[in-house]
Amino acid sequence: MGNAEMTAGARLLEAGAEAPDSAALAIRVEGAAVRHGRETVWSRVDLSVRPGEFVAILGPNGAGKTTLVRAILGVQALAAGSVTVFGRRARRGNDEIGYLPQRRHFDPDLRIRGTDLVRLGLDGNRWGLPLPFAARLLGSDADRRVRRAIEMVGAAPHAGRPVGELSGGEQQRLLIAQALVTGARILLLDEPLESLDLNNQQAISSLVQRLCREHGVTVLTVAHDVNPILPYLDMVVYVARGRVLAGSPEEVIRTEALSRLYGAPIEVLRTRDGRLLVVGQQEAVSFHGGPPAR
Amino acid sequence: MTGPAPGWDLLFDLQQLLQFHFMQNALLTGTIVAVPAGAVGYFIVLRGQSFAAHTLSQVGFPGAAAGILVHTSPLAGLLAFCTASALGIGFLGRGLDAGRRGESAVIGTVLAFSLGLGLLFSRLYAGSAQGVYAFLFGTILGISDADVAITAAVAAAALAALGVMARPLLFGSVDPDVAQARGVPVRALSMAFLVLVALAVAQAVQIVGTLLVFALLVAPGAAALQLSARPWLGLGFSVALALLFTWAGLAVAYFTIYPVGFFVTTFAFGTYLALRVGRALLAARRLPAPA
Repeated sequence: MGNAEMTAGARLLEAGAEAPDSAALAIRVEGAAVRHGRETVWSRVDLSVRPGEFVAILGPNGAGKTTLVRAILGVQALAAGSVTVFGRRARRGNDEIGYLPQRRHFDPDLRIRGTDLVRLGLDGNRWGLPLPFAARLLGSDADRRVRRAIEMVGAAPHAGRPVGELSGGEQQRLLIAQALVTGARILLLDEPLESLDLNNQQAISSLVQRLCREHGVTVLTVAHDVNPILPYLDMVVYVARGRVLAGSPEEVIRTEALSRLYGAPIEVLRTRDGRLLVVGQQEAVSFHGGPPAR
Repeated sequence: MTGPAPGWDLLFDLQQLLQFHFMQNALLTGTIVAVPAGAVGYFIVLRGQSFAAHTLSQVGFPGAAAGILVHTSPLAGLLAFCTASALGIGFLGRGLDAGRRGESAVIGTVLAFSLGLGLLFSRLYAGSAQGVYAFLFGTILGISDADVAITAAVAAAALAALGVMARPLLFGSVDPDVAQARGVPVRALSMAFLVLVALAVAQAVQIVGTLLVFALLVAPGAAALQLSARPWLGLGFSVALALLFTWAGLAVAYFTIYPVGFFVTTFAFGTYLALRVGRALLAARRLPAPA
């Protein structure tokens, strides 16, 4: 997975760190900083993500993980630095990015079909009413694209039912279809496994991994618990105390690297079945005292 | 006193309905008002903004009173007051989640103030009791030709605006965060939509009054969402039901001594109840099947 080019050993990435040509990168963040009022959420952030990589964004609550996602989406203004997506400045409404916000569930009374939800992802940002007859005359392939996205995530059996009636896992599949329907090459997922049961956590993790490996989609996912996706990850981005640490999971999720990032003793334990435990994080969070997420 | 009585000859019944100018105006205005009310109402229910719509309808009360006080038509007062408070609510209440959550505190405050104003204006207005009654329960049978023209113009403008913003509005209503990321101006749309609600309210108040405006504004949308989970079909159902309730209410009221508002609300309520019960029965029958 091209990790050979990655600098050995985790380090705090400084502005101006050498990185490959930005056009060949899916996402490039250079010297970026975000402030909410007077408070700096994070600063001097550098990050390079190659196409097709599976990246997890980790860190304590309120450290600015969602803010990082929003910066890549182009909906979060930067105080400094730049974010480019496939070599072009991050901007709202980019068809190349599919986005799943941190999910509250849909209202059980929401009577809109799954298909309609996916369709909105394709052309919901266009003005006017959809005219089915005109679309057919113009040879629009919207219906086909919606169907293909739904099949890609295995949501076809329940796409015709109202979204509010579906389970969390079924809703999540449809939302991933919605994110992909524009032909997006990057998926930004914010806590996609939260509030799912274990079975659905596994199913959604392996779906995302399959999209990444088989369809070459670049995936960045904010995660609370890295373990369900740990085997699939190419890179970990750890956000804490206003700084960002990036590298392979082995480089970043280590006692020394995280202790340095937090500026407090952190211990990373590996259980016998390969799960990781980051201990001492709570103290670091209270020490950090940053603004709430978003 | 013997009024007109309906028979089995529908054509004759229709002739009876349409023989007076006031009734022609009432049916015409009812039709013009029901279309935007049904369309806007679908989105009100989908967005869970019934409370905002309710407040705007109450604001119509001092609005109409003010219109009479300054000797313009009550409709002009209605339009001015409703639009102004829609902008106020939209501006003060904008916040997270497309402004829906921060809204309710603002709305409550505006609501109370508007009712206080209504009280003042109705006291200032000499012929109070009769006039107040008309705002609260509708004045459909006393609509002037000028008001019909204004109503038609406003309805056309509101419908055109809704047609342009319908799809992004649907997106922003269902999924504001994703819509925003996809470039939909979610907040601006919320604001624009509140103004459309204000226009629809100001119009519907003429038929059913401020207290009963939900019969045209929320009931058709609520019923339509029970009928179909396809958004554009649901929108169509909502408009159709609003028309149906209005026509049926006007026609039945004409042949009886009871007020229009009562019948419109009754048909609306009855339809909604029947659909809920019907769907519950369907669901109950479906559930045991997989066992």
